[in-house]
Amino acid sequence: MKTRLSVLSVLALSLGMLSPTHAQDDVGACLITKTDINPFFVKMKEGASAKAEELGVKLSTYAGKVDGDHETQVQAIETCIASGAKGILITASDTKAIVPVVQQARDAGLLVIALDTPLEPIDSADATFATDNFKAGELIGAWAAAQLGDKAADAKIAMLDLADSQPSVGVLRDQGFLQGFGIDLVDPNRWGDETDPRIIGNEVTAGNEEGGRTAMESLMIKDPGINVVYTINEPAAAGAYEALKAFGREDKVLIVSVDGGCPGVQNVAEGVIGATSQQYPLLMASLGVEAIAAWAADGTKPAPTEGLDFFDTGVSLVTDKPADGVESIDTTEGTERCWG
Amino acid sequence: MSDSTSANHVASFESHRSPLQQLQHFLHGAPAMVPVIILFVSVAVFGLIAGERFFTAFNLSLIIQQVTIIGILACAQTLIILTAGIDLSVAAIMVLASVVAGKFAVSMDVPIAIAILSGLAIGTLCGVINGLLVTALRLPPFIVTLGTWNVFFALNIWYSGSQSIRSQDIDKIAPLLKFFGERISIGGAVFTYGSFLMLALFLVVWFALNNTAWGRHVYAVGDDKEAAELAGIRTNRLLVSVYALAGFICGIGAWASIGRVGSVSPQSFYDANLDSITAVVIGGTSLFGGRGSILGALFGALIVGVFSSGLKIAGVDVLWQRFAIGCLIILAVGIDQWIRRVSA
Repeated sequence: MKTRLSVLSVLALSLGMLSPTHAQDDVGACLITKTDINPFFVKMKEGASAKAEELGVKLSTYAGKVDGDHETQVQAIETCIASGAKGILITASDTKAIVPVVQQARDAGLLVIALDTPLEPIDSADATFATDNFKAGELIGAWAAAQLGDKAADAKIAMLDLADSQPSVGVLRDQGFLQGFGIDLVDPNRWGDETDPRIIGNEVTAGNEEGGRTAMESLMIKDPGINVVYTINEPAAAGAYEALKAFGREDKVLIVSVDGGCPGVQNVAEGVIGATSQQYPLLMASLGVEAIAAWAADGTKPAPTEGLDFFDTGVSLVTDKPADGVESIDTTEGTERCWG
Repeated sequence: MSDSTSANHVASFESHRSPLQQLQHFLHGAPAMVPVIILFVSVAVFGLIAGERFFTAFNLSLIIQQVTIIGILACAQTLIILTAGIDLSVAAIMVLASVVAGKFAVSMDVPIAIAILSGLAIGTLCGVINGLLVTALRLPPFIVTLGTWNVFFALNIWYSGSQSIRSQDIDKIAPLLKFFGERISIGGAVFTYGSFLMLALFLVVWFALNNTAWGRHVYAVGDDKEAAELAGIRTNRLLVSVYALAGFICGIGAWASIGRVGSVSPQSFYDANLDSITAVVIGGTSLFGGRGSILGALFGALIVGVFSSGLKIAGVDVLWQRFAIGCLIILAVGIDQWIRRVSA
């Protein structure tokens, strides 16, 4: 009942906003991120704020308390509808459960754009601006295989994943890496079901240094001969490197990662990480704000990249040891474009 | 008691009990032995299941390295729980202290000793704040620390910009921050200074709890605060001192955590508060206060470490590792309750 009322009032409000007396600076937009603790989302907020200021859009930002905090995001969308905003940019924590309230927002005339994390199904949002996480994984997988050359056939691979709930971003990167390396995925929607003996094991890291270290230690106990390490992000990679150092193996192992944050790129430059796939959160957010401004101005909706069901904001492999057949940028360029 | 006879028949008492009851009686007399027994049994069982890769001096010492931080937090947590409180903010205090020490030393060129002392001071200050809120405002510890957990965590994220300080930068500018990550090997086993720090902390706190008036007062207040007050203990002052000490220990944990993790990581240890409570509970300390040994928390932390290492090496899916730890908590508390129901 309460929501029904608020939807009605919002409709009234947004009808009011359509009247020509309102200038461009009345366009409101909301940015809802998973948390405000991850530098990735902090950067996203910066990108959105800068673009909003440039276009005269009034941006409100919301964030869940921790990754997986679905309830706060629902409340944020409700608040946003009630505030009469023109559009919502969201990185959803629970990509399925958020769909009904996203639909409410769209019914109320808001443009909803999923940033970074696609909703399930992906067309629940008007558009998705994201990194192609599978491709990000594929790039580092192909790079690692090329670096090993013939030895790729008997590599020993450690997989340091995100969480046991297998969120889609973690699955896409993991499976992309394996695809790029040339390993049979079995079910591409799940990690850990592969039967290739080159995979020593999967462990979860929560995407931070402490988790990366402990997970790497466990896999080194399983097989001290590990020579390739896939990591979900660069903090986990830094933790894995510390563990390898304690085992005296840091020079014999290739670590690959995904993200392209500034400390991560610096770790590539210093040889801690072999290569990382860099993504562009700032671009996602600023494009998102532009799309909402365009929607508010003349009702145009953003179109997906050709051949994909989302708008690909791009990914580049950052490494100082380029491999044949894998396009990459060096750490100087990576540093210029890094976030966080 | 139904079969109790005259006093001179007491010696024949034992024969009426089943072996299980005898065990129950034995453990009732020595409750601190329960976690020790669980620890040895689980090491033996995993030695069989997970095989020789588990049962090496190296892996067993690695488990000690891995539980160091949770162990230190559990030491602080036990102090609070003995007073019938609970501290949800221990891990947040630790991470905040590590970020302060790290930022001071690496980004602000503060002399390393002062940076470390600042970390310890922040930890203690956070503890004092918890203590004052619990005593002066008479708020329940659960609520107070639920609040300060969020407050301290938010301050940590704000101050660090949620950005890690890289291991390589610490090595260059302030290597002393990683002191407790230094390793020494004894035979095949590898210990970090942090492991020894944890053991030393437990021994010192154990000694203080058992051999000082302060320590006995902690148990008294946890058992019955009003009775302790009537007996002349200044309970509020005591409680503040307990929270302050717990905060100080978290500050020490902060220093050790930089050695363990390698970098200063504002996003690590987010739910280590719950891990510390798990260790305390498995170690047999009563959540209602006044009962339990500080050493139980050490064994509790080690038991969790043995379980997760054993399950990982045995190749158990991460999901079921979590499941097993959950069962372990319930089992441990179940055994504890069973022992307390002893009929004698």
